[in-house]
Amino acid sequence: MTEPIVHTENLSRSFGALVAVRDLNLSVQKGEIFGVLGPNGAGKSTTIRMLCGILDPSGGRGTVVGFDIQREAERIKERIGYMTQRFSLYEDLSVQENLSFYAGIYGVPFGRRRKRVQEVMEATGLTQRKKQLAGTLSGGWKQRVALASATIHNPPLLFLDEPTAGVDPVSRREFWEQIHRLSAEGTTVLMTTHYMDEAERCHRLAFIFRGSLLDIGSPDEIVERRNLSVVELTTPQAVAAADCLREHSFVDEVAPYGHVLRVATYAGDAAEPQIRAVLDEQGIPVDRVRRARATVEDAFVSMVRAEHKQQEAAA
Amino acid sequence: MNSRPWVIARKELLQLRRDRLTLAMMVALPVMQLLLFGYAINTDVRHIPTVVYDQDQTAASRDLVQGLSATGFYDVLGNVRNYQEIESALRGGRARVAVVIPTRYSSDLKLSRPTQVQLIVDGSDPQTVASATNTAASLVAARAGELTVQRLGQGAARAQPIQLETSTWYNPDLRTAVYIVPGLVGVILTMTMVMLTSMAIARERERGTLEQLIVSPVKNLELVVGKIVPYIAIGYVQMTLILVIGSLVFDVPISGSLPLLYALASVFIAANLAIGLFFSTLAKTQQQAMQMSFFFLLPNILLSGFMFPFEAMPVPAQWLAQGLPLTHFLRIVRGITLRGADFADMQMELVWLVGILAALVTLASMRFTKKLA
Repeated sequence: MTEPIVHTENLSRSFGALVAVRDLNLSVQKGEIFGVLGPNGAGKSTTIRMLCGILDPSGGRGTVVGFDIQREAERIKERIGYMTQRFSLYEDLSVQENLSFYAGIYGVPFGRRRKRVQEVMEATGLTQRKKQLAGTLSGGWKQRVALASATIHNPPLLFLDEPTAGVDPVSRREFWEQIHRLSAEGTTVLMTTHYMDEAERCHRLAFIFRGSLLDIGSPDEIVERRNLSVVELTTPQAVAAADCLREHSFVDEVAPYGHVLRVATYAGDAAEPQIRAVLDEQGIPVDRVRRARATVEDAFVSMVRAEHKQQEAAA
Repeated sequence: MNSRPWVIARKELLQLRRDRLTLAMMVALPVMQLLLFGYAINTDVRHIPTVVYDQDQTAASRDLVQGLSATGFYDVLGNVRNYQEIESALRGGRARVAVVIPTRYSSDLKLSRPTQVQLIVDGSDPQTVASATNTAASLVAARAGELTVQRLGQGAARAQPIQLETSTWYNPDLRTAVYIVPGLVGVILTMTMVMLTSMAIARERERGTLEQLIVSPVKNLELVVGKIVPYIAIGYVQMTLILVIGSLVFDVPISGSLPLLYALASVFIAANLAIGLFFSTLAKTQQQAMQMSFFFLLPNILLSGFMFPFEAMPVPAQWLAQGLPLTHFLRIVRGITLRGADFADMQMELVWLVGILAALVTLASMRFTKKLA
């Protein structure tokens, strides 16, 4: 195994009494698309900021592209691209002006700057809009410009902090195509996200909750480790069925999707008959029952729920 | 050009070009202030409305009134016939000064007896009082002297009693504009430089682009230099504008060396930019930055000697004023433009400015770091 491009040991950060990140141990390999998942306030952005060298850790250590995040932050900054949650563009500058500004900031030599800006604009389909002011672009286009800015200097490592927040599904899909293209060219991508469908597109994931790492691995590994079997059932009495099922310990989570109830259980292959038995006993009619694939979202919700229970028990 | 400060400066200028309002403000502000201050703030009181109560009604008394009117300080509105009319004229604000010439005025003069002319002045405005009484006193003194000489005849001229001869240099007409306009250079530079820099960085913070810059390999110094260089240029444009208009419209002389003035101004401008930079580290939004700039401007206007004489302030206020860059720049700009002061004359002020600048830069760079929180 080669040297990881991002590596942390017991990385921690507190703000006063609040522990935002606690003893985080991460390793990201070259060329991976690595997703960091967690609810709001879990410490995702704090982690990214520490890795970028703009926030000092209060404990532990870490290396990014081979440099120490605390002592060699400036060396790291030359070798990474960073896209913030807010697509930090100059709204009163045109697409082209924004890109050539960042090209200058990241030290793309003057002679190559124009060519590089053109290349990036072509790759992201921005050429038609190069004269447009960034402030007048829609969310999806802003996101493209932000990604183009972040990759203007061909960084080996790209940090994306909730890159698809507030962007429509079509743009999101196109954005992911870009990400996979970059990854195929050898760029490592470390991103945070709320969207579970996006999480499944990552090579590996880390789950962070209240500053601590809950699980790390490929989406399949993470889902398998939770050992959930999911059943989808259709019933005219969805609310009653959900209330009834939640009282049983083999049921982890019941979530309504229109007429369908999605039930995550720990019952393995026995899930289907067990659910039927419970509902029959209560006289709740069931129209249709079928097995469904457990998703990252199921795993995520299950993990957070278990953590809550544990903390309540401890308190 | 490849260096980062240049890249940043170019971006600042591009943004400035799109921001018509700010651009207009930077030109309009100095011009407007110049015209307002130049015309409106005028402590030379001329054309004081005056009424005359001439009880004597002789050639000699009319001659005295003529003399007063000829100074240009008094606009004689007309004659009144009694003290009641004087009172009503002053109370109603139609006149600020009344001259009362006694019945015996011309006969007293002929018999060389002491005589008295009464000057009644509206004291509600101290400025008027000072101006009116000074002019009248010097006129009357001059006239008395003339009379003495006339009476004694030629050849018999005796030595006059002690006379104080005042001679005013540099601004012989004591025109306020001559004093105010160079001062305005300092005030306007303080205002725009502090405000523009603090807002320029607060704007990046507000819009989230500062985080993007912090995470880039740009160095603190490169960022600061790139950010402020365009504003230094703007500062010089403003300064030139004020000096040119001041000299064309208000006849403000530039006696000293302009290159010296421009060179010393750079330290002053830099000091203001450092203040702006410091404010920007405290302000989270552009609005806060603007408020801080205005908060800073007030003591500058009041304490620096721009409006009120430095020497007239209580000592603690003078200490405070010594810490303001404007105080020293005012001395420099007035010294060079009005008195033709040279570098040696201005050395102490330069030392002060450099000291203040060093302190501010230390303070600002301590606060301005490329780390979040």
